[in-house]
Amino acid sequence: MATASTTQERAAELNVITRKQRSLWGDALYRLMRNKAAVVGLIVIAGAFLIAIFAPALAPYSPIEIPKNPASQMEPLWTGSKYTDPRYILGTDFLGRDIISRLIFASRISMVVGFVPTFIVFGLGVTVGMTAGFFGGWLDQLLMRFTDIIYAFPDFLFLLIIVASFRASPFGKLLDGLMLIFVAIAIVGWVGVARLTRGQVLSLKEREFVEAARSVGATPARIMFKHLFPNALAPLIVTAAFAVPSAILNEATLSFLGVGIIPPTPSWGQMINEGFPLFAANPWAVLLPAICISVVMLAFTFVGDGLRDALDPRMKT
Amino acid sequence: MTDLLEVTDLHTQFFTRDGVVRAVDGVTFQVAAGETLGIVGESGCGKSVTALSLMRLIPQPPGKIVKGSIMFDGQDILKMDDDDVRGIRGNNIAMIFQDPMTSLNPVLTISRQISEALELHLKMDKSEARKRTIELLELVNIPSAKKRVDDYPHQFSGGMRQRVMIAMALSCNPKLILADEPTTALDVTIQAQILDLLKNLAREFRTAFILITHDLGVVAGMTQRINVMYAGRIVEKADTVELFANPKMPYTWGLLRSIPRLDESRKAKLVPIEGLPPDLIAPPPGCKFEPRCQYRRDVCKEKEPELKHIPNSKPDHEARCWGTQEGGWLVDTDWRHEIGDTHVLEVIKQETASVTATETAGE
Repeated sequence: MATASTTQERAAELNVITRKQRSLWGDALYRLMRNKAAVVGLIVIAGAFLIAIFAPALAPYSPIEIPKNPASQMEPLWTGSKYTDPRYILGTDFLGRDIISRLIFASRISMVVGFVPTFIVFGLGVTVGMTAGFFGGWLDQLLMRFTDIIYAFPDFLFLLIIVASFRASPFGKLLDGLMLIFVAIAIVGWVGVARLTRGQVLSLKEREFVEAARSVGATPARIMFKHLFPNALAPLIVTAAFAVPSAILNEATLSFLGVGIIPPTPSWGQMINEGFPLFAANPWAVLLPAICISVVMLAFTFVGDGLRDALDPRMKT
Repeated sequence: MTDLLEVTDLHTQFFTRDGVVRAVDGVTFQVAAGETLGIVGESGCGKSVTALSLMRLIPQPPGKIVKGSIMFDGQDILKMDDDDVRGIRGNNIAMIFQDPMTSLNPVLTISRQISEALELHLKMDKSEARKRTIELLELVNIPSAKKRVDDYPHQFSGGMRQRVMIAMALSCNPKLILADEPTTALDVTIQAQILDLLKNLAREFRTAFILITHDLGVVAGMTQRINVMYAGRIVEKADTVELFANPKMPYTWGLLRSIPRLDESRKAKLVPIEGLPPDLIAPPPGCKFEPRCQYRRDVCKEKEPELKHIPNSKPDHEARCWGTQEGGWLVDTDWRHEIGDTHVLEVIKQETASVTATETAGE
């Protein structure tokens, strides 16, 4: 008898030791790291973050001050034209400000505008979606009809209207207009997240483990945040990964249209806007910020795709 | 022995678009402390709804407990507010669910799920709860419990997960455990292990059990008393030995005939119960089993019998059947030598066929 139980235990030990232990998230991280495009994307994003954080140290000139003897519309050095200036590697803009310094500082706007509204969007969307899906009934009706109303507006037009309407108000001037952009993107964006979360919760709350949690006396709040939320997290993370670049693009578009960041604070979209009238004379003033936007967008998209594949291997297309 | 649980005239109904489904219709039973009760019946006869009603876990809407009382330890569960009921769930009454594959949260570790009840009810801190979790896993015979507490459910096999569910149910030393088909989703060898475990734990902790199953073989070795349910009612109740030795209600006979036996000749055929369980929205006016009963008489169709003591049997042996009441035609019938009226059987088969045909035509 004694030998039988020790044999059993030994078999169990062997079984445990040989099998590699990995959590669900560990598994997902492992798959993400095997995706080359996603890794490249992560490196680019990390680089953009570092540039944004250390902008004052990296930028050779002030991005805002106009030099005493402006040498405006200088082209990048590699063009070899007579309108170059060795002090300005990527040339200068129409006011003679160093383009590379402006690009570096503009990355701050893009990074902040990518992440801050995404957090607001998720805070709001997840709360509304969970509440509506979990409690159902009239609360669900109320919240979801309200969501539907906002959802019915064309996204960008709605964004444009909000920003254009409040730009002149004191609120619109907070943080060089950044605060208004945060709030506007959040107002437009949360509905999608709320609908997604509600859908997830509706299917999850019928699962047996929720009933099991109820049967041990868990409160509704505990069930929502401890049991339902972690289960709904994977698709939400993927959505977030795509929400970030879309927020960056929205800010760039608004700034390009002249209703985004208030000058002279540099943003990539605004630099395109400013360079545009003189595109024929110096196309690089437009192309360089455009390239920056594209590279960052592409990086986020790679990571988003990678996350989607990593978090749900069945969904792989 | 005073009763731990006393259910009186429980009615649970579901209000659907097609009408009111009377899932549990006037069920009365008692469970004494430390006792094991079996509830047996076909699918859809109200067993699980009874169990869920005991913990007030009926989804509402569409479900509602419309009548009755559930006295647990001197308190009426149906009259408690939500917070008090939550205080009882997991703490005094715990539940083991049917399918261990879906009853555990896939994204939480085993330790976090077992700790949940400990933290909620016994107010343990994280490290205490973890220690207790490991003890519990050892108690339900999970090897290398220490190493496996931080595993996720997908790293456990079905039988192991059911052990985890049992550990969860035991965590707060409840006075009553409801086991709703605890072995249905498991294969036979694991079934035996799990039943053994449950039996030992019930004895060790003197916990009362309600074992819900459609498998008479499971309850035979496990329980002291059995309630047979049909169409939301208890149709026969007796202690286990009596019920197997001397069943009286034709529905119980049907259940017994439809399980294979080792001591029968290999040529003996299994006899299924012909027909379908009744529609619980518009049940037949008389005995609910009458449309499928081979022993039926005219009286069965007209009026529903009460649950009454059967003459010439043990005092607690009751059945809801006209044939088993004082002077009834089934009182002295021994089911083993009785194959019923074959003519009635043919009629039942034809009726079932025509019902199925009209349903198919209607679709």
